[in-house]
Amino acid sequence: MTVVKSHNPHPKPQIPTGTQTTRIVLRGRKVVGGRAEGEALVTRHAIPGWGGVNPVQGIITEIGHDLRGIPFKDRVLVFRGAKGSSGWSAMYHTTRLAGTAPRALIFNEMTTKVALGAVVMRIPSITDLNRDPLDVIETGDWVIVDADNGIVEVIKRKR
Amino acid sequence: MQLADDEQAMLEGRDGKARQKAMELLVRYAAALGAERFVNTTNVAGVPGSANPFLQQYYSGRSEGGRDAIFSYFDLDADELVDVPDALVPTAHLQGGADRDRWQDLGVKVEIFRSYQEREAFAATHGVEILKTCTPYLAGRVPEPGEHCAWMESSAVVFCNSVLGARTNTEGRESTSAAMLTGKIPDWGLHKTENRYATHRIQVDVPVDSVMEWGLLGYFVGDAVQESIPALTGRYSSPEIVRFKHFGAAASSSGGVEMYHIVSVTPEAPTLDVALGGRAPRETIVYGPAERRRIYERLNATATDPNVDFVMLGCPHAAVEQLQQAAELLAQRRVSANCQLWIFTSRAVKRAADAAGYSKTIADAGGVLLTDTCSAFAQALPPGTKVAALDSAKQAHYLPAIMGVQAWFGSTEDCINAAITGRWAGELR
Repeated sequence: MTVVKSHNPHPKPQIPTGTQTTRIVLRGRKVVGGRAEGEALVTRHAIPGWGGVNPVQGIITEIGHDLRGIPFKDRVLVFRGAKGSSGWSAMYHTTRLAGTAPRALIFNEMTTKVALGAVVMRIPSITDLNRDPLDVIETGDWVIVDADNGIVEVIKRKR
Repeated sequence: MQLADDEQAMLEGRDGKARQKAMELLVRYAAALGAERFVNTTNVAGVPGSANPFLQQYYSGRSEGGRDAIFSYFDLDADELVDVPDALVPTAHLQGGADRDRWQDLGVKVEIFRSYQEREAFAATHGVEILKTCTPYLAGRVPEPGEHCAWMESSAVVFCNSVLGARTNTEGRESTSAAMLTGKIPDWGLHKTENRYATHRIQVDVPVDSVMEWGLLGYFVGDAVQESIPALTGRYSSPEIVRFKHFGAAASSSGGVEMYHIVSVTPEAPTLDVALGGRAPRETIVYGPAERRRIYERLNATATDPNVDFVMLGCPHAAVEQLQQAAELLAQRRVSANCQLWIFTSRAVKRAADAAGYSKTIADAGGVLLTDTCSAFAQALPPGTKVAALDSAKQAHYLPAIMGVQAWFGSTEDCINAAITGRWAGELR
């Protein structure tokens, strides 16, 4: 028996074809292995744990947070790091059970909270990138995370 | 990574399936951190096997005999049910559940309370010391200086590192439960001496001499340094356990402070130079009158209505001297009919307060002394609460956000006066 809920099949990415498509490749260190892709959700704020997230609804609830109320389910979450209580891992572990977890994590600052959280969410996760992902990736970009090889491929959304 | 022989043996299943799964989880966690080895720990504080109503429901009916579904699947993140052996090393249970005698005051339904009792019995029968507090260091669990610990609870973690000189990262639910079964935790972060030095200097230019002032300073420091390690110099006086408790809890709420130094006070800071590891601080940040006022106003930002209908003390859980102070302030007085006063503490401290007569004085005045949890953690308020008064910057950080109430922040005396009169009259003096 397993407690892992299967994700919905990944939808086809809306990748524009033609020569104008901008693709950027970043390299980093695997935190949790695997491969996933999805639409980026980016914040320069740290991600709060217990007291700042509703894992069943899959939203951040902290007052003043720029992602407050935006579902992170099936997104590739790009963020500075984790903050707040030691309940961080249990909260994001619960998102996996509730079926509200993101598909992958890309972050800058390694802490015990985010490491353990990524492990128990069981989603591909990368840190220590060769460029700051917060400067390269914008919300809405399509991002392919190949954590086993430490590669992040960013397909910029046409703006 | 390098595994010691006993770690390799646990990983191969020599000590049974549960310890094998715990070791697997710790290896995944260490790899994620980039840790190269484990340290031995003989001091674990976590919440093994506990369950909120969501987890109760999710894992309902999935245990088989002694094979516990919540511990197997959630604590150990295993994909199979395992027989759970006793804790291998001394392990304490932190806050959780509801007061055994006053759970109905907290608005807990009987079936939820029964499930809390079942989860407590699970932990107790697996060798876990049931402290049920966020302040294990006030309930007898005091590690040795330099001891490697695996603790949850941010306010306890920062106390453990900074005041006691023991070593722990901010561990989580799953890593503490795995440490309980193995006595291992990744050798990373604050377990290593080179990561324990201050990087920022805080110059304190206003007198800091009370619990409220230490709370304000802590909230400022956490906001200023985020996850970094600060060293304090300047005009603070008479720091002691209760002030450290409020300072650290505030700094680990507005930021992610896991360790601080107070020069010539805390054990790893005999001098500023030692606290900084012989390096220059990256930044020196001044805490003066303007900063103090800005933090006070920020902590009171949610409050406009002076009619206070709820006063909560005991975040982190009250020390016995705080219950003594509350009893002295409440003696021969009566909590307003329009207000409720709840004070949270640990079971251990409550026993001491009972013996000293403080509990009776508080009850005679109409106050309610509760254990095991707090308003933010239990998401429990008296029915109809709109405006709270709090003497904890940590609780003022969390409670309005979690419960949607207004909150005043001030001194313990301001709060007890509000409980008596039903009106907030606190101010920055």
